[in-house]
Amino acid sequence: MSLGINRLAKGGLIDRTKRIGFSFDGRQLAGYEGDTLASALVANHVKLVGRSFKYHRPRGLLGAGAEEPNGLVALGAGARTEANTKATLVELFEGLEATSQNRFPSLRLDLQAMNGLLSPFFAAGFYYKTFMWPRGFWERLYEPAIRRAAGLGRASTAPDPDRYEKANAFCDVLVIGGGPAGLIAAHDLGRGGARVILAEQDFVLGGRLLAERLTVGDAPGAAWAREVERELAAMPNVTILRRTAVFAAYDQGGFAAVESAAPDAGEGVARQTLWRIAARASILATGAVERPIVFGGNDRPGVMLASAVRSYVNRFGATPGWSVAILASSDDGWSTAADLGAAGVPVVAVIDRREEVGEAVKALAPRGTRLILGGEVVGSQMRRLALSAIDVLAKDGTRTRINADCLAMAGGWTPAAGLATHLGGKMHWSEKVGAPVATEAAPGMFIAGAAAGAFALRAALAGGAGAAREAATLLGLKAVAPEVPVASDEFGAAVPIRLPARKSRGPAFVDFQNDVTAKDIKLAVQEGFASPEHLKRYTTLGMATDQGRTSGVNGLALLAEATGHAMADLAPTTARPPDSPVAIGALAGPRRGRAFRSIRRISSHCWAEENGAVFGEAGLWLRPRWYARPGEADWLTTVTREVNAVRGAVGVCDVSTLGKIDVQGPDAGAFLDRVYVNTFSTLPAGKARYGVMLREDGIVFDDGVTARLGEDRYLVSTTTANAVRVMQHLEYCHQVLWPGLDVQMTSVTEAWGQYAIAGPRSREVAGALFGGGLDVSDAAFPALTAREVDLDGLGARLFRVSFSGELAYEVAVPANFGWQLFERILRAGEPFGIAPYGTEALGVLRIERGHVAGNEINGQTTAGDLGLGRMMSAKKDFVGKTLAQRPGLVAADRPVLVGVRPVEAQERISGGAHFLDMGARPSLENDLGHVTSVAFSPSLGAWIGLGLLRRGRERTGETVRAYDPVRGRDTAVKVVSPIFIPERGG
Amino acid sequence: MRIACPYCGERDAHEFTVRGEARAGTLESDPGREFARVYERANPAGPTREFWYHGAGCRSWLVVERDTRSHAILSVAYAKASQ
Ligand SMILES: [Zn+2]
Repeated sequence: MSLGINRLAKGGLIDRTKRIGFSFDGRQLAGYEGDTLASALVANHVKLVGRSFKYHRPRGLLGAGAEEPNGLVALGAGARTEANTKATLVELFEGLEATSQNRFPSLRLDLQAMNGLLSPFFAAGFYYKTFMWPRGFWERLYEPAIRRAAGLGRASTAPDPDRYEKANAFCDVLVIGGGPAGLIAAHDLGRGGARVILAEQDFVLGGRLLAERLTVGDAPGAAWAREVERELAAMPNVTILRRTAVFAAYDQGGFAAVESAAPDAGEGVARQTLWRIAARASILATGAVERPIVFGGNDRPGVMLASAVRSYVNRFGATPGWSVAILASSDDGWSTAADLGAAGVPVVAVIDRREEVGEAVKALAPRGTRLILGGEVVGSQMRRLALSAIDVLAKDGTRTRINADCLAMAGGWTPAAGLATHLGGKMHWSEKVGAPVATEAAPGMFIAGAAAGAFALRAALAGGAGAAREAATLLGLKAVAPEVPVASDEFGAAVPIRLPARKSRGPAFVDFQNDVTAKDIKLAVQEGFASPEHLKRYTTLGMATDQGRTSGVNGLALLAEATGHAMADLAPTTARPPDSPVAIGALAGPRRGRAFRSIRRISSHCWAEENGAVFGEAGLWLRPRWYARPGEADWLTTVTREVNAVRGAVGVCDVSTLGKIDVQGPDAGAFLDRVYVNTFSTLPAGKARYGVMLREDGIVFDDGVTARLGEDRYLVSTTTANAVRVMQHLEYCHQVLWPGLDVQMTSVTEAWGQYAIAGPRSREVAGALFGGGLDVSDAAFPALTAREVDLDGLGARLFRVSFSGELAYEVAVPANFGWQLFERILRAGEPFGIAPYGTEALGVLRIERGHVAGNEINGQTTAGDLGLGRMMSAKKDFVGKTLAQRPGLVAADRPVLVGVRPVEAQERISGGAHFLDMGARPSLENDLGHVTSVAFSPSLGAWIGLGLLRRGRERTGETVRAYDPVRGRDTAVKVVSPIFIPERGG
Repeated sequence: MRIACPYCGERDAHEFTVRGEARAGTLESDPGREFARVYERANPAGPTREFWYHGAGCRSWLVVERDTRSHAILSVAYAKASQ
């Protein structure tokens, strides 16, 4: 296991006593604690880390942080595979398995690299123009082939075995970024007593201070950062979130962030936590990204950002090469030379594209370094899939080949302020900064440091302190006199954007991740895609995880040149959430599988589970669909037995899930008159009545039985699925439409356990239940009686309501006693062979009786359609009355509720089958409606159905087709009354 | 997005349900006027008044004045009081 031939003997923020073994493409390697995967690869001389998106060109690391476009690897194996992970952001841990992507069969020998030879055909827009014909071939042939060839890593199709969490946090100020500006801002605000959250994507605070040889006060930058962190950690009002990427800004100070667990966090710790942060103000201190320089062959493994070279050398003690050339259009290139010199790494040449460079800057280069001012790199050579030499074009036109295994590019900096534009803020070109800056941030957001274009350390610290002061003022918090330490400063950083050398050879990449070249941009302009947004879509410049971090400004500069615009005239493309990639697992959090939604269980749930129940979901409730007994062949056998029990003896059904709303007040009756189509104010206390509600547009909303428990008190029941919506509707009616009515309501759905006892023997069961203490005879307790009763000292409710047409009672007790009541009903019903029945039997019973349910109350039907038109009172006003009279809703040819039976007794009907006249061709014009509900009726020994049939009532006795091409059924059915069996005692 | 409920204080928008533009008035028996009340919405680019329901809180119906261009919330009041 190699520890790395590129590891420097000393220096950096790694712990050389703590060795960490890992593998890359199956090779066993090792790094040290403090390494990222990328720095460990650099230390091990791994130059080739991936293949490019379109052309499968060999690629190495370009950056050292979030800007990395090339080093996307798959982590882990099997179900834990995490594709497209930036190697630069992965904290090294023991046993880490990383694999390169987008290559076949191996990274070094990639068969699809021939795409590169065919590159003229893969230029921007090529797909659109070439694969258009014949039309059908795109989906079937071209797209799958192109998707296989081009692309990134593959996600695992196995379920993710890791755990994810969600968390909420609140603060006065969210400081995004733990570099110098963020640290000083958090420190100032924290000392002033503000509640601060400091979020940093890296696993160490400090930002560029970790990668540069700069000092703050008397201390090296990294040491200063450690000291500030120590002080922040001691403040109870400050929370530090490391390994946390804030990826979106939302309205009213909402932010989303994802925190990754430390690699050694151990089992049981959530792999990632999705934070929702509510902040009164925020400070965006997300730094800046260095730009590559566009020249032919700038994508060879070994060509790297100068800032990344400094990161690897200064922070990780690993050098990307042993003969490093530097291509600069800014002073940063020269400080890179100085850092390399200090680390003992030979610098072979500094090529500055500027002709004039100050003497102080020049003095940074190690003695004896070859200096080429006004020069360009116009080509690169590769040996063994890594950079071996660069071709330099001097000012005087002479070309020289210089051997180098690493080229550091210093193309100037671009603020990484994407979050500032999430709420509609715009970026504008700044001549002073030499890059686009956010001119208006989100309300309450202050941009500081390099993210605001203050690239020099001293300016970044001052900016951070200034932002803290502004945030404190905005929030009325105590402002703390900022202590801006004296810091060392870099040389002037703003540089004009330089375009690629005209005489360069080979493709000059602008966007490494999407394989977009300078030529592609010219081509797009030629073809009329000349605005930044069009350019992005035509060439894919700045898409995917790169989001224009390294490519955006260079792309704009090329566009400006090609169109003759000034940079200031071109608006950069808008950054949208997420600012950094977020795993779907983190967004889902714990909400997956059974925990996808909350579930509610009925009080007889355990009994049901032990007694063969198969559950279905309704309005978050798990309801038994049927209770299978041993030996029953299929669900139809079971359901038929349950239906027969109700029709022949007695059954019991847990109906606790129905919505229950307690409505009280002197105006309760008047209120219900206005929300129901029928009248409730005239209902005597102790009675119940079936009611129908409409929406404001006149369509049926919900139905149910409502009981009057007292003079000023009603109990509204709703369907299971609509309970929440009805509650919301009633509150709307009361608070918005008629605030003057003296009425109050509350949902008591979960407060009561309620059971229907139905069937010819139900009276005996109810009688036994109350032990003779209550007269449940028809005379004493007639149909639609609703009364509060005593059940062994427990306040219970007894209703005489029926959904099945059979004699039936419903008993309700406080939910805590629901299970005991259910057991007692089973005992009381035992002599009569009582059978619990589920929602399927309930469905059969109601279809046999022609009762409408959700299939018929489908958001398109009127009361008239459902045969409930006569319930609509003419004497009063109610919600939906006016609009229910619209011509289209009262038209004579509307589909209305009918019953249907197959002409051939043993045939089946399909739910959803469409009605057609006999012999009519199946077409939209001939469509007469559809079958809404079907059931096998044990009483009739045949399949029956309810449906909505055009002019259905006039067609009773006729025969129509029930046409179901999906299941291949075409059944002749007879139109009948929807009431298949008569009422038998209610 | 966060809404300052006059009863519960500032809460996350997930606790609320929006209904649409807050039109004054109640049921109309005239079909044209009822149609306008139920269906017609101004949809301005700028400040607009909307009904929001604090279903996961105090169950108040609120009138929230919101600028559709910036999502800035200008005022929040009980719907009851606004009628
Ligand atoms: Zn509230």
